[in-house]
Amino acid sequence: MLTRRDFGKTGAAALTTAFGFSLVPAQAAVRELKISRTTQSRSVCPYCAVGCSVIVHSLGDKARNVRSSVVHIEGDPDSPVNRGTLCSKGISLKQFVNSDRRLTRPLYRAPGGKEWQAISWEEAFEKMARAIKGSRDRGFVERDEQGRTVNRLENIVMMGGCTDTNEINYLLSKFRFGLGLLPYENQSRL
Amino acid sequence: MTNGWTDVANADVVLVMGGNPAENHPVGFRFVMEARLKRKAKLVCVDPRFTRTAAVSDYYVPIRAGTDIAFLGGLIHRSVSTGQYQTDYVRQHTNASFVIKEGFGFDGGYFTGWNAAKKAYDKSTWQYELGPDGFAKVDATLEHPRCVFQLMRQHYARYTPEKVSEICGCTVAEFERAADMVLAAHAEGKTGTVLYALGWTQHSHAVQLIHAAAMVQLLMGNIGMPGGGVNAQRGHANIQGSTDMGAWNMLPGYLKLPRAHWTSLDEYLKANTPKALRPNSMNYWGNTPKFMTSLLKAYYGADARPENGFGYQWLPKAAETANHGWAYFFDGMTQGKVDGLISWGMNPVANGPNTRKMLMGLSKLKWMIVAEVFETETAGFWKAKELAEKYYPKAGDAEGIGTEVFLLPASCFAEKDGAFVNSSRWLQWKETNLEPPGDAKRDQEIMSRLFLKVRELYEKEGGTGPEPLAKMKWDYATPHAPSLSEVAREISGRDLPSGKQIAGFGELKDDGSTVAGCWIYAGSYSEAGNLMARKGQEDPTGLGLYPNYAWSWPANRRILYNRASLDAAGKPWDETRAPLRWDGLRWKGDVPDYKADAKPEQHGAFVMLPEGVARLFAPELVEGPFPEHYEPAESPVENSLHPQVSFNPAAWVIQGLGDQLGEAKDFPYVGISYRLTEHFHYWTKNVASSSQLQSNFFVEVPEALAREKSIQSGDLVRVSSARGKVEGPALVTKRLRPLKISGRTVFHVGLPIHWGFIGRVNGPLINNLTASVYDPNSGTPEYKGFLVNLEKL
Repeated sequence: MLTRRDFGKTGAAALTTAFGFSLVPAQAAVRELKISRTTQSRSVCPYCAVGCSVIVHSLGDKARNVRSSVVHIEGDPDSPVNRGTLCSKGISLKQFVNSDRRLTRPLYRAPGGKEWQAISWEEAFEKMARAIKGSRDRGFVERDEQGRTVNRLENIVMMGGCTDTNEINYLLSKFRFGLGLLPYENQSRL
Repeated sequence: MTNGWTDVANADVVLVMGGNPAENHPVGFRFVMEARLKRKAKLVCVDPRFTRTAAVSDYYVPIRAGTDIAFLGGLIHRSVSTGQYQTDYVRQHTNASFVIKEGFGFDGGYFTGWNAAKKAYDKSTWQYELGPDGFAKVDATLEHPRCVFQLMRQHYARYTPEKVSEICGCTVAEFERAADMVLAAHAEGKTGTVLYALGWTQHSHAVQLIHAAAMVQLLMGNIGMPGGGVNAQRGHANIQGSTDMGAWNMLPGYLKLPRAHWTSLDEYLKANTPKALRPNSMNYWGNTPKFMTSLLKAYYGADARPENGFGYQWLPKAAETANHGWAYFFDGMTQGKVDGLISWGMNPVANGPNTRKMLMGLSKLKWMIVAEVFETETAGFWKAKELAEKYYPKAGDAEGIGTEVFLLPASCFAEKDGAFVNSSRWLQWKETNLEPPGDAKRDQEIMSRLFLKVRELYEKEGGTGPEPLAKMKWDYATPHAPSLSEVAREISGRDLPSGKQIAGFGELKDDGSTVAGCWIYAGSYSEAGNLMARKGQEDPTGLGLYPNYAWSWPANRRILYNRASLDAAGKPWDETRAPLRWDGLRWKGDVPDYKADAKPEQHGAFVMLPEGVARLFAPELVEGPFPEHYEPAESPVENSLHPQVSFNPAAWVIQGLGDQLGEAKDFPYVGISYRLTEHFHYWTKNVASSSQLQSNFFVEVPEALAREKSIQSGDLVRVSSARGKVEGPALVTKRLRPLKISGRTVFHVGLPIHWGFIGRVNGPLINNLTASVYDPNSGTPEYKGFLVNLEKL
């Protein structure tokens, strides 16, 4: 039985005589690995906290006006934790990054609305900042009933952070303490 | 983790309890298998369900959900009563010898000092007896009737193998065999590790449960040892980092959030800087003023000056006993006390207890902002009735829900740089050269633009409390989209006079001349560069510590409490596994959890605690200084130790809108929730491969129960609790062994999470079933062990 590999090795040579020109170079081009032209970034899997290191291979990032796209994600063999291995979720990370369910534009749902509507970032920032300021102006407590400076806000809740980096979590702490916001939670308790 | 993934390979005994790493942390589980292969380690798995970890264990013991403290209490009893503990370690490195005040006791389910009206303890008897020098009294012989060792022995005398069997449902022989395997690690030259996950943290007595595990490990002499420790297998990529950066009641680096009665920085520091309780205690938290001042300098920059308490007044101060955690703010939301919610990649509708209550809360908001990579059940909560009316018949129609919602397209891990902290406490830097898709933005840009926009409105128009907002420093080179490297440098810390990055927290000062956004990360980005991005392969100790790979908090230390791996004179308990050695002048090996040049006998090994030793007796916990077995809030049986106090008296049970507890007569079975290896939480139902591999929710039903109800695999069943229901096909299984408890048979029903009403594949949310019952120390909901009924449809 002729396997594909055999076809590549001997079949091509046989075909040379039949067609009068060699197919080998053309086949070699087809066989070049997709990742041979990629840019590699060393990253870390976003799922559980084993913290497997991954190599993200992307194409297109070196050309002007071209957005890079992920073509392959594999385990990083340099990591003492995963030594190149990944679990069934980690090995399919490319499908997470490239999922057609990714959100790609800001969406807005008006009070009582039944559908999402598109909204520009500018309008969204304007409306969100107004909403935050309105609530904060109503809820912010500078001094408590005993006259002590407390600078606290209890009518806005913030949550999140466990899916993102230390740096984002730190910025988040500055955001919430800038507002004076106390009700806050992340996944660490759940 | 006190230790780390790679270190698990050094263990002789691995106790997996409250976790299932073979399924949920499969790549980390390699090190358990390596320990078995290379060290002939024994793997003991204790779990209500015969899991994938159990399947490859040397010994498996089933127990009823929520009875882990009884099992561990049984281990403590057996260890102490049979002399299977490491005597010198216990004497040297724990508070076993400390004498407790007269009057302390435990009776009928309560420790001394219970105040039923306040639902809280007066802890005045749970304290050390102090000598005239202000230090705690100790009795090195461990014979004083009020020393911790004797009190502990007495407390656990009730936890006989027969009692363990009666509470947990395993047989006496099963308990004894598992106990002998685990307690074998008490011998010098043998080390055991404990691996746990949410099967331990999701109980109304979870922190005490982990305290019990720490007690076992201290008795075995396993804390600080390679192949030892108490190791949390955390469930999200940076849940450790987000914990380090502070829960609601913490500032970054585990500094306490200010409270209203600490009206100045001086008062705050006075109340929160501990004093040494023994003459040899290093009491490292004594440096709290340096950590706090450096944080205030990071937050408020040049405006933080000695004369204004470094800007302390701008930080929010919670009321003295206020609680602003999940349990309470969601209840407040249902009462209309909350205007708005800002969620950065979190999905409370899916992951909060009692989904119906979460939906009720969100529908009372005026506005909600969600930054996400996918549309979630939280962002689209107003569609619950349309998409899942079967489960939420009383959820309002979208027209009637007045919440304004902003759903912002954020970026995923690969599109951002920055550091994740894994369970081993390794800060691992990510690189990126990708842009987020379409019009999506990086989270740092979304957050910064929003913050700066709010601040701009206050600058232009004025408003309430403008100062804390104006003073918070956001002076990055690109303020609307800060470079995360620049942020990482601020977190790691800088010496202001020289402008140089600091090398570690030892350089921090309390005079305002240093800056550090999170003191435990100090030195992660030093003058030598970004140490979190290191890929060094060296392993000089041969113990799998890899000191030049990434950067581990604190101080790049790989094994916490490593000074305890040596005896008083500085001789390693195990010469073949010594993370540290004393060469007469300095400590060599891992970064010492100790002063680098202090002689072995100079300080206690537990440098962060004012005692200088580890706490078997831990008075800071709210429901007792010793762990005690309490039943879950919903239990099929009474607590056989003290039926009149069956449930943790100090636990938080929220009894607000939508909250109800069920009873065994209506809901006779024990529900447990868990993950499957093909899925990650509620994300991968959006990913093609995961949703193809596990497209459907199912209910695991024990064989005997299935026979009783004529259920066959594939039959549609309904599982209901006092809060809600889920429906799906049954998977009849041998994995859930019926357990005999007080003469009756208790069945568990297994409920994998992962589905919801917005995804590529959909199914019921398991938290339809769970209750607003929380651990009082951590605020974690009780997701393991709640009462359900099962019907064939």
